[in-house]
Amino acid sequence: MIPLSWYLYLSAGLFGLGLYAVLARKNAIAILMGVELMLNAVNINIVAFWRYLTPQNMSGQAFAVMVFAVAAAEVAVGLALVISVYRRRKTVDASEINLMKW
Amino acid sequence: MTAEQGVFLFISFVILFSAYAMVTRSNLVHAALFLVVTLFGVAVVFVLLDAGFLAVVQVLVYIGAIAILMIFAVMLTQDNAAKEQESLNTNYGWALLLSALFAFALIVMLGQWQDAGAIAPALGAERDTVVELGAALVSPAGYVIPFEVASVLLLAALIGALVVARPQKKGM
Amino acid sequence: MTTEILIWLIPLPPLLAFFLILLFTRRNHALSHTLGVGAAFLSWLLGMIVFLAAIGVEHLGEQPFTSSVGWLPLGSDVFSVGVLIDPLSAVTLFFVAWTVLMIFIYSIGYHNFGQPKGEHDVPGLPPHGANQHGHGVPSVEPMYARFFAFIALFAFGMFTLVVSDNLLTLFVGWEIMGLCSYLLIGFWYAKPSARAAAIKAFITTRVGDVFMLLGIVALYAATGTLNFRQILYSPELLQQLASTPSVIAGLSAAGLIGLLLFIGAVGKSAQWPLHVWLPDAMEGPTPVSAMIHAATMVSAGVYMVLRMFPLLSAGWEHGAPLNTTMTVMAFIGAFTALFAATIALTQKDIKRVLAYSTISQLGYMIAALGIGAYVAAAFHLVTHAFFKALLFLGSGSVIHGMEHGVLHTGEHIDPQDMFNMGGLRNRMPITFWTFLIGGLSLSGFPLITAGFWSKDEILADAFGNGHLLVFITLAVAALLTAFYTMRQITLTFLGAPRTQAAEHASESVRTMTAPLLVLAVFAIGAGWVGIPEHFPGLGGLLPGWFHEFVGGTLVANPEAVAFSIEPLLVSVGVALGGLTLGWLVYRKAAEADPLRKPLGAIYGLLENKYYFDELYDSLFVQPAKRLAEGFSYMFLDRQVIDGALHRVAQAGLSLGSIFRNYFDAPVVNGFGDLTGSLTQSFGRLLRKVQTGQVQQYLLFVALLAFGGLFYYLLSVLQ
Repeated sequence: MIPLSWYLYLSAGLFGLGLYAVLARKNAIAILMGVELMLNAVNINIVAFWRYLTPQNMSGQAFAVMVFAVAAAEVAVGLALVISVYRRRKTVDASEINLMKW
Repeated sequence: MTAEQGVFLFISFVILFSAYAMVTRSNLVHAALFLVVTLFGVAVVFVLLDAGFLAVVQVLVYIGAIAILMIFAVMLTQDNAAKEQESLNTNYGWALLLSALFAFALIVMLGQWQDAGAIAPALGAERDTVVELGAALVSPAGYVIPFEVASVLLLAALIGALVVARPQKKGM
Repeated sequence: MTTEILIWLIPLPPLLAFFLILLFTRRNHALSHTLGVGAAFLSWLLGMIVFLAAIGVEHLGEQPFTSSVGWLPLGSDVFSVGVLIDPLSAVTLFFVAWTVLMIFIYSIGYHNFGQPKGEHDVPGLPPHGANQHGHGVPSVEPMYARFFAFIALFAFGMFTLVVSDNLLTLFVGWEIMGLCSYLLIGFWYAKPSARAAAIKAFITTRVGDVFMLLGIVALYAATGTLNFRQILYSPELLQQLASTPSVIAGLSAAGLIGLLLFIGAVGKSAQWPLHVWLPDAMEGPTPVSAMIHAATMVSAGVYMVLRMFPLLSAGWEHGAPLNTTMTVMAFIGAFTALFAATIALTQKDIKRVLAYSTISQLGYMIAALGIGAYVAAAFHLVTHAFFKALLFLGSGSVIHGMEHGVLHTGEHIDPQDMFNMGGLRNRMPITFWTFLIGGLSLSGFPLITAGFWSKDEILADAFGNGHLLVFITLAVAALLTAFYTMRQITLTFLGAPRTQAAEHASESVRTMTAPLLVLAVFAIGAGWVGIPEHFPGLGGLLPGWFHEFVGGTLVANPEAVAFSIEPLLVSVGVALGGLTLGWLVYRKAAEADPLRKPLGAIYGLLENKYYFDELYDSLFVQPAKRLAEGFSYMFLDRQVIDGALHRVAQAGLSLGSIFRNYFDAPVVNGFGDLTGSLTQSFGRLLRKVQTGQVQQYLLFVALLAFGGLFYYLLSVLQ
């Protein structure tokens, strides 16, 4: 009843929002939240494709499990980094963490 | 319009709205809470897609761990002096353009795809997707290696996060 | 070996000796003088062989010994050089060979061979004694070998001149002798007076040489040859030269050429006005004075005039009035004879008297040629060479004796000043007797001396051909000659010694006295070969061989002048009178010259040589110095040439600066700098991309990563 395309549009829109957050937000934690959004959009996509195209094979869901694991690991390390940077620089503004330049 | 479609529309509206709200709130705690709502919405979408296990995992892991972690991080890095800051950086115009363009491109591209309007095939009444998922994850002919690697990755992330976030002591 | 080959070889031994001494035997005195004397002896031997062969030939003048080689190819024909022995060059060769050999032998003793080296002797200064057993003895000349090398080169030059058959090699020999004269007058080069005298000699004879060279060139241009036989023995050629007018009005071509060549002789034989170098040339060692300025070099001038006599007298015949060139010659010769004799009266230095005497006697020869007395001039040349060389060598012996006395007593007097001498007759007998013979010969002591016969013949020729002015001048000069000769002998040898040094003078060594004896023999005997046939009494006893022999050189064999008693009486009278007067005036002379008071101001004029040196100095030397200093050096050299150099340098510098400042720095450097600065500004521009902001990097990455997707979007939207 729900065409696949609806799910895909949803995930595309979510991904775009997440991309916007990564590129446009100042706060480092907000950037990480944006990354989560993008990962979720990807997950929706994977599961939708699994359900509509290859429901007999569980690889789709397995892949989605991997994405969960990776997202969790990435968030943990990322936040640890943000906290470490905050301790040194007393800021989480991404535009102020700009030592890797000329 | 069937009930399913209506539910989907509603829940996708919730997701997109709270995602948008998350992206635009300057108060990070509000943003985090809106993120939680978005994640809930995604879990519902998983249920609609007959991936109930994933929905539960979504709630447990994303909301229960990740979102909470984010809120902790927000609280740890709060700058008491500046309360209401500018939430966006100087490049937001370009970012907006890029992301809009990207979403639009994706939508157009996916729309062109012939199988996009496919209807979900029947799942089969006797199938226990959870068991099958579990079997696939641990069987050698399945995805046991990615599973194990993922667990190693989690271990590495755990240790890494501990090391990185450790307070700098003298003599370390 | 034929005689011609021997003639070619005559000049060579001294040349070889010159090179060998200079290159190899400089340190070894004995070897050097052996080489020198050996070479002179070889040349003497060859010369004597050739001479004996020559006098045996009947009519040598018509068939002389000649030999020539083609040397310089000139277009279609070849310039030849060669040797020629005709009667004139035969007798010249005779006296040159003898005098050169005697002088070489004399030089061994003169330069004190065998004596110790002086402690304070330096090369370039005359040696002044060594300390032996507490008192001074003569020391050996430091530059002993060099002397022999130079006189060997000189001998080569003279022999070349005598045997050559053309004017070119004659001139070569002439110039070599000029060079050696310079080297030998300035032998003691550390003495400023010697250096100045050497330069004076060279420059003065150079004046004459320039004119002579002009004459040679003119002769070659007019006739196409320089060979004596071809020019002088072809009456047609001489006639032609005598009749073509030259650029100077009044002179024919022959006359002009002759005059130019004669001027060379004026320089070389120290005739007035180019006489100034010869007295100064006494700065050289006495053998040099003897050789160069008595026997050989100055004789070369007269020899050349004798040789070119047919050209000089072209157009003149015996008995006719003299042509222009001959008149000039007669005037200059006679004038010089009297002029130099007057100066010789007042000179104190023993060698100066002899120098002026030489000038005077050469004047006699030139005057004789001027009046056409060819044989008389040649005769006087031969006899003069012998007795003048004898007198010079004798004076050298006297000086040596005086120097010995000076070293013995330690007095500081001039050993060459005659007023410091006196009474040397007893101390130096051989020197005295030979000097006396030479002096009497010079004065023309009748009958027994050679000088009498030759001088008498000149006077007879002058009188007999009606040249009375010349006759009187030469007679007066003969009187003065006898006077000053006796003055010299009296002051030097007779009377009492005037100084301590004269008391302690001693006779010279045998290498010095032996040549004196040999030359004395010739000073007496050389005249007897020329006794005229018509002479009363002695006329027929000895054949008047000289006249026949030498007269045969000319195409028209000149007649001997008829005998007349007047010139003979005059000649005897002036000779004996002059000798007696000289003895009377000077036998009691002490420190001052007895003539000084009677002659008064004239004495000063004579003593200062008529101030000719001062005149030439202000006329020629000072302007030349000013020209050299002011014009050539300060202006031409420093301002023009150096200025041009400076300007070139400055132009180069400014060109370089322009290039540097307007091209090199802005364009070339600027280009390099521009590249650098462009890169820098470009880089500065580009570095702005690296902001360090992760989100910006992500933006770029996302843009590029999704580029393909956007392209697809675009294509779909078309």
